[in-house]
Amino acid sequence: MATSIVVENCTKEFTLYYHRTMKAMATAAVRRQPLRERFTALNDISFTVEQGESVGLMGLNGSGKSTLLTLINGVMTPDKGKVLTRGRIAGLIATGAGFHPQMTGRENLFLNGAILGMSKNELNRKFDEIVEFADIGRFLDTPVSHYSSGMYARLGFAIAIHVDADIFLADEVLAVGDKPFKQKCVTKMQEIRQQGTTIFYVSHAAASVRSMCDRVLCLESGHLNFDGPVDEGIRYLQYDEAEEGLEATIDAELGADI
Amino acid sequence: MARAANKRQGAQTDEKGRRKNAAKRARALADRKADAMPVAPTMTGPQLDRHVDAELVSPSPKGGLKEVLANPYLLGLITKRFLAAQYAASVLGLMWSYVQPALRFLTYFMLMSLLRVHDGMPNFALHLFVGMVAVHYFSETWGGATRSIWQNRPLVLKMRVPRETFPVAAMIVAAVHTFPQVVILTIAAISVGWKPDFAAFGYGGLGLLLLMVFSAALGLLFSALNAMYKDFQNIVTTLMQFMHFLVPMIYPFSMIYRLRIDHPVMYEIYMANPVTQAVLMFQRFFWYPTIENADTKMPWCGHLKGNPEAFANCHIPVEFPPDMLVRGLITLAVSFVLLWLAQRIFKKFETKFPERL
Ligand SMILES: Nc1ncnc2c1ncn2[C@@H]1O[C@H](COP(=O)(O)OP(=O)(O)OP(=O)(O)O)[C@@H](O)[C@H]1O
Ligand SMILES: [Mg+2]
Repeated sequence: MATSIVVENCTKEFTLYYHRTMKAMATAAVRRQPLRERFTALNDISFTVEQGESVGLMGLNGSGKSTLLTLINGVMTPDKGKVLTRGRIAGLIATGAGFHPQMTGRENLFLNGAILGMSKNELNRKFDEIVEFADIGRFLDTPVSHYSSGMYARLGFAIAIHVDADIFLADEVLAVGDKPFKQKCVTKMQEIRQQGTTIFYVSHAAASVRSMCDRVLCLESGHLNFDGPVDEGIRYLQYDEAEEGLEATIDAELGADI
Repeated sequence: MARAANKRQGAQTDEKGRRKNAAKRARALADRKADAMPVAPTMTGPQLDRHVDAELVSPSPKGGLKEVLANPYLLGLITKRFLAAQYAASVLGLMWSYVQPALRFLTYFMLMSLLRVHDGMPNFALHLFVGMVAVHYFSETWGGATRSIWQNRPLVLKMRVPRETFPVAAMIVAAVHTFPQVVILTIAAISVGWKPDFAAFGYGGLGLLLLMVFSAALGLLFSALNAMYKDFQNIVTTLMQFMHFLVPMIYPFSMIYRLRIDHPVMYEIYMANPVTQAVLMFQRFFWYPTIENADTKMPWCGHLKGNPEAFANCHIPVEFPPDMLVRGLITLAVSFVLLWLAQRIFKKFETKFPERL
């Protein structure tokens, strides 16, 4: 099988600017406060993913999961190292799709689809299917700024999943949807997984990751500390070596879950 | 560096980035989010082997104007969005982009008539109009492109789209807005007997190219700068206030040309402005051919009426810079270099957009 994603020694740093206005900057300079600071969100990360693999990405809040997805997605570029991908990429990252607040859902659907690489014909063909999946009713023709966060995620996910991507990225965004919709989404994701799409799935819900993924990557403060089978990954994340005593109960629990 | 950031966050991490209490936190998080996502059973049957017919490449857009033009459908959608956004909440819609220029035109025309600046200048209204159209295009392009990245930050931050698409769409919008003015201008010129010769077309084309390339370079550069520091859109607005006085439209070029003897440096600076040169070339294209006819020549050449040959060789004392063509070509070359540089700088800043927007 072909390699789908290569991440090689990737480092991503953010510059945190504390002062946005000239005046604030001047005051800070006088008081000898730092004007900015570098912050390493991802630290020398390397891994490869084969086409068709389904990878779970886990870690605490702020560990760099969304940042890693944006690098794979191509919205950001790494400061060091390189990211290579094969084929079309779609998905939902961080706080939802790139919608324009003043545009209606319909306009955003077309714009978003075009950005994700769909042609005009493809979009017209899939339009009904997408709208049906999103199921936002008459809100389709109101500006998305009036949407609830759930509706926002619905439309975003519906577009992304219908792109026929080779790589699909799903960040936690779906967590805002209601139960039936989430169920519909994971079922659909299993479907594209079956069709050989590479999947990157971010979730804190262990059971969901276990059912969706064949492999887990664990990020901790920007370090990739675990890369391997799902159960081992979850165990790595949730239990220290110091907590040996717990292991037995955990194993029993994990066993019961499966 | 990471250490410093961690200290600020108040978190203790070991050298592998594992936080103190990481396991406990992870368990708590997993507990809280246990129901965040439901479970769907893995499908039965063997997974299909998806054959992807593509190379392993960097997922980020290559960038550059070339990639923007490679996806005309997307560019069209974004351009339409720009147009819609400008008139989203206005009743008269597109009309507004004509009311303001029309009023300004009338103001200048009346003011200059009162001041008698254009005494002896035939078809002054056309002279003024040509300049205003050119400056209008320039300011719409520069200003629109400068704001474009900032205005579209939801898309810039979330989607992988060549970021140059936004300034380019702004430039197309500027052209769309200017086009009806060009039509009116053409009708006006024809109505006063416009008969352009080959040279006029040459100058017109060169002027258009010069104006487009130069404003594209400025637009691209400032769109990136404005994403970093929002002050730039105000700087552009301020600079544009002076533009009407920096090009020869409310006063004849001969006035400037006379000054070159006493102030050669100032003259060179004035002439270095590509917009000035473009305006001159457009006047050579639209306005000059309308004044070179028998009627307008009468006040100056009437005494030669008896001698047709001498009358034909007699010209109204309208001046264009003698080196207009050479200077124009050089400026065009410089503008192309500027455009290339602007693309380079844009690319460099682009990686910083996500943190600055
Ligand atoms: N644009 C940005 N500018 C500055 N810092 C950023 C930016 N984006 C992310 N960060 C920082 O990078 C770190 C990693 O963020 P990221 O969003 O990748 O975390 P995450 O693992 O997705 O967390 P969560 O589980 O909460 O979604 C955070 O500390 C965050 O503050
Ligand atoms: Mg995240």
